[in-house]
Amino acid sequence: MTQRAPLHFSLRKEGREKVTGKARYIDDLDFPGCLHGTTVRTAVPRGILKGIRFEGDLPWHEFTIVTAKDIPGKNYVALILHDQPFLVPTDGGRINHPEEPVVLLAHPDRHLLEKARRAVKLDVEALPAVFSIDDSLAKKHLIWGDDNVFKKYRVEKGDVDAAWPKAHLIVEGVYETGAQEQLYIENNGMVAVANARDGVTVWGSMQCPYYVHKALLPLFGLPEEKIRIIQAETGGGFGGKEEYPSMLAGHAALLAWKSGKTVKMIYDRAEDMVATTKRHPSRTRHRTAVDAEGKLLASEIDFVIDGGAYATLSAVVLSRGTIHAAGPYLCPNVRIHAKAVATNAPPHGAFRGFGAPQSIFALERHMNKVAKACGLTPEEFRRRNFIRDGQMTATSQTINEGVDMNRVLDRALEMSGYREKRERFARENPASKVKRGIGFATFMHGSGFTGSGERALGSIVGVEATREGRVRVLAASTEIGQGTNTIFSQIVSEALGVDESLVEVAQPDTRHVPNSGPTVASRTVMIVGKLVESASLGLKQTLLQSGFLSEGYDSAAFREGCAAYIGKHGELKSFSQYKQPPQIHWDDEKYQGDAYGAYAWAAYVAEVSIDLTTYETRVEDFVAVQEIGRVMHPVLAAGQIEGGVAQAIGFALYEKVVWKDGRMMNGQMTNYIMPTSVDLPPIRVAFEEVPYGYGPKGAKGIGELPMDGPAPAILNAIEEALTGLPQASGFGCNEIPFLPESLMKVLEKHRDSV
Amino acid sequence: MARLLDVLREEFKLTGAKEGCGEGECGACSVVIDGRVVNSCLIPVAQVEGAIIQTIEGFAMGDTLHRVQQSFLEFGGAQCGICTPGMIVAAVNLLERCPKPTHAQIREGLAGNLCRCTGYTKIFDAVAHAAGGK
Repeated sequence: MTQRAPLHFSLRKEGREKVTGKARYIDDLDFPGCLHGTTVRTAVPRGILKGIRFEGDLPWHEFTIVTAKDIPGKNYVALILHDQPFLVPTDGGRINHPEEPVVLLAHPDRHLLEKARRAVKLDVEALPAVFSIDDSLAKKHLIWGDDNVFKKYRVEKGDVDAAWPKAHLIVEGVYETGAQEQLYIENNGMVAVANARDGVTVWGSMQCPYYVHKALLPLFGLPEEKIRIIQAETGGGFGGKEEYPSMLAGHAALLAWKSGKTVKMIYDRAEDMVATTKRHPSRTRHRTAVDAEGKLLASEIDFVIDGGAYATLSAVVLSRGTIHAAGPYLCPNVRIHAKAVATNAPPHGAFRGFGAPQSIFALERHMNKVAKACGLTPEEFRRRNFIRDGQMTATSQTINEGVDMNRVLDRALEMSGYREKRERFARENPASKVKRGIGFATFMHGSGFTGSGERALGSIVGVEATREGRVRVLAASTEIGQGTNTIFSQIVSEALGVDESLVEVAQPDTRHVPNSGPTVASRTVMIVGKLVESASLGLKQTLLQSGFLSEGYDSAAFREGCAAYIGKHGELKSFSQYKQPPQIHWDDEKYQGDAYGAYAWAAYVAEVSIDLTTYETRVEDFVAVQEIGRVMHPVLAAGQIEGGVAQAIGFALYEKVVWKDGRMMNGQMTNYIMPTSVDLPPIRVAFEEVPYGYGPKGAKGIGELPMDGPAPAILNAIEEALTGLPQASGFGCNEIPFLPESLMKVLEKHRDSV
Repeated sequence: MARLLDVLREEFKLTGAKEGCGEGECGACSVVIDGRVVNSCLIPVAQVEGAIIQTIEGFAMGDTLHRVQQSFLEFGGAQCGICTPGMIVAAVNLLERCPKPTHAQIREGLAGNLCRCTGYTKIFDAVAHAAGGK
């Protein structure tokens, strides 16, 4: 194997700092004389707070102690609804999950601080709690609003009820996915300085500085300019640093406000795992009608996600899951009911894919089940049903991207040797203790915010030139490992014709950069990158029209032009704000219309082996083929796919959150298992490119896509591997994570009953 | 007693080694003690009396990166970068013990260092390249 470095593509902008250990993450920043902060949590899933006792032989007078009474403004974490408090109110406050913050403590000595945390005792009157989707839907106890439901959607296309009698076959199935921890290797952390004169400044690990800004405004009741949020180098996010940082930033700032000192709050791994957000557990029911040719006639989908104790982002996660629930297929009659329900667990939140991996897992397992019922191979069934240009999705969006899913699938099957392996495994499995299987999933993933979301955000990006001809990008979009800095530099460089080394990306700091929206939803290249491009072109136009530059310029001329312009006008800046492409229409009431400006399209193939002695399943080979518009940077793009596939293999086979009364019981890396370098297969990545007119140079979103397909592809492969094994007949492969224990239970149950 | 990791980060201000889990699972705090890669979060500082300790800060010579660092940079072996110092420490040590590793040896040699961003593929490529194309 010879490795050739792809040197003709730019190197990661902040790469040197990262490979030398010089990059400074929040815990690496030195704040002399700072206090450390910690959080006392409820430990009971539901109840009423009756009292707080400070026990033990501790110098309590040395501690800064914050409760809800110390909050200068409003006690809610502003996001969509205002139902989640920063701290449980002390005067009979309601407790809704076992990790709710009640008391904050700060002290210069971290070890003493931990002793103190354990010495704070809460008096709680316990109330009965709800821990499952079923109990929540059945309103076993009313724990949120008047029906335990955060949000519902209903999508209707055609007439589902009229279609059932015409069906050749009706196939039903139920599919479940578990919670998943984002498990960025850098835990959440914040440092705050706060006082009445200067306001509040917070540095930290985060994806969305303006979300934190929005949350701290009501908490302190200060004007916008008095709240300043700065992103430090961030060691991974995957959605896990989308909404939770607002909570932690608020806590650090409250301690700083009361103590008058700088306060640093860095979670340890255990606290980060148990107290912060995870992927929503889900349950999906499918009922599907097909005609005699194996074409979809009607599809009824019931999709439910467990939102945990507060609304947070569940409505939006549910939205993406709902829209992706019917997949890249043409079905004339579709009905989707979707609900996000409350349970007494810490709120579930954003995680790469944002609801889509859950509903796509169900769909792609179900499509295999329907194919089998029709007597068709999984690939032939899909070929008969793929959506084509000019046809309409479940939300009645007419697809017009020039993408051919047959071609994407063909390439994936060919690269993986699918047909040959399928036949060979079927031949060899009966005589082998190790069963092999190959399976695939086909899917699409929308880029950017759903529906009218991008219009509502109205994101803004700026570029600023210096006298030296350097160009600085001003955006709140964060580098979290995915390559924002590198891609933005590349876009500016291409738009202005200047060398990438002359481009820098400003540190996201709400005092100095405009709100380019959150770093989520596969939007940073397609939406924000397009704004970077148009702001750059605007800057160029300004120079050309003012006569300080003429077409055909070189770097030196550009530098002179910038210097002359700035000499005359003082500064040279250009801003661009998002305008929705005219062809996008969305109806939020009916949930119909153009759900996303563009989709990425993919076919993923997984090959598995199952050892019937150890019950261990391994992914032996993985092929990921996707169409993502223009590939902006082959190394970064492949890196996104490989990393997403790895995370999704964890979702399918390794990562199980063990719950007890609303608490995560395995909040350690020793017992919550993510894939290591020996667990993963070769991940082979290929791209199809059909440029998208409204992305920079035709690029679409990519970040979340690779999270969607691997789990169903793997479970489809597992089903193939277990075919012909009598002990496993009737086992649905419908639930993830699929652990060795899951298989052991099935096979040993059969053995006991024989 | 203070852990080696705390002493490195707080006393010596060598913050390249990171605390990812505090229990020796993730390898983000990897350093080399007398030629062996260890998790510095598990080492009481008294144990390293008289030992030679190498951290990520010692690998580049001025502006010239170590070939493994250069290779990580060129092949996309670093994404968010939080595991990168520990991963590079482990990779350099692997190549010292085993200059021409097979693919399986690379996987095995880095199994104590968790990465959540890359899926490890580009890290394997980088290490193979640094080893001389094999």
